[in-house]
Amino acid sequence: MQQVIFIMLSLLTLGAALMVVTSRSLFRSALWLILSFAGIAALYILLEAEFLAVVQVLVYIGAIATLIIFAIMLSRNVMASDEARFNNQWRLVVGFGALLFVALAAIVTQIPWPVNVQAVPPDAIQQLGAGFVGPYVIPFEVASILLVAALIGAIIVARERE
Amino acid sequence: MVPLTWYLVVATGLFCIGLVGALIRRNAVGILMGIELMLNAVNLNLLAFWRYISAAKMDGQAFAIIVITVAAAEAAVGLALILAVYRQRHTINVPELDLMSG
Repeated sequence: MQQVIFIMLSLLTLGAALMVVTSRSLFRSALWLILSFAGIAALYILLEAEFLAVVQVLVYIGAIATLIIFAIMLSRNVMASDEARFNNQWRLVVGFGALLFVALAAIVTQIPWPVNVQAVPPDAIQQLGAGFVGPYVIPFEVASILLVAALIGAIIVARERE
Repeated sequence: MVPLTWYLVVATGLFCIGLVGALIRRNAVGILMGIELMLNAVNLNLLAFWRYISAAKMDGQAFAIIVITVAAAEAAVGLALILAVYRQRHTINVPELDLMSG
């Protein structure tokens, strides 16, 4: 049963991702991107990482996809779909991408991963929260500094100059 | 339960689709979307390894949250850059942005 759900979700995610890359209109690409993010969030639930699924919906669908749609609408003529959407080396790149996929898929299926399936602890989210003020406090603080820097940088870069 | 390699193959496919999208799109926003797809593939890999190898500890999830934070910062700065470039050059088609090519 879980296999069937997994296959359906991954087909949805990969199909939406393909549409993101190939869609003629950039705005439609952004909408397909939202569907792809939602598929990933569902896969996170299948992996029993419920908190990450919520974060995925909040941050990726709620913030990043909205930001991308804003940028598309703020820049004129990207809505026009008459001009070429790919650059002139797309055949080469698609061939290279297919080759890379075959090689990487062969590698990840060959390696004997040390799989050790344990039960997810019932207080997983609590442990995660405690971890962020305990053992992972340095990465947490670095991430907050990065966010502040990105916030200030984005404002300075995007502001209108007289 | 689904085998670990299925997740890895799906993440590989997503990464390759994102890579191809980032390399072939002419529009800068399209390139950014490809990069977001690649970051999502990385996160899927991280969480799959967390679930199948060390589910008792929270390291994998913490790592994935840091990656999401970096992705959000990257999207904000990237889109601000795209808007600034658009204001100056009135295009965000990457082949036309050839200020630094001799």
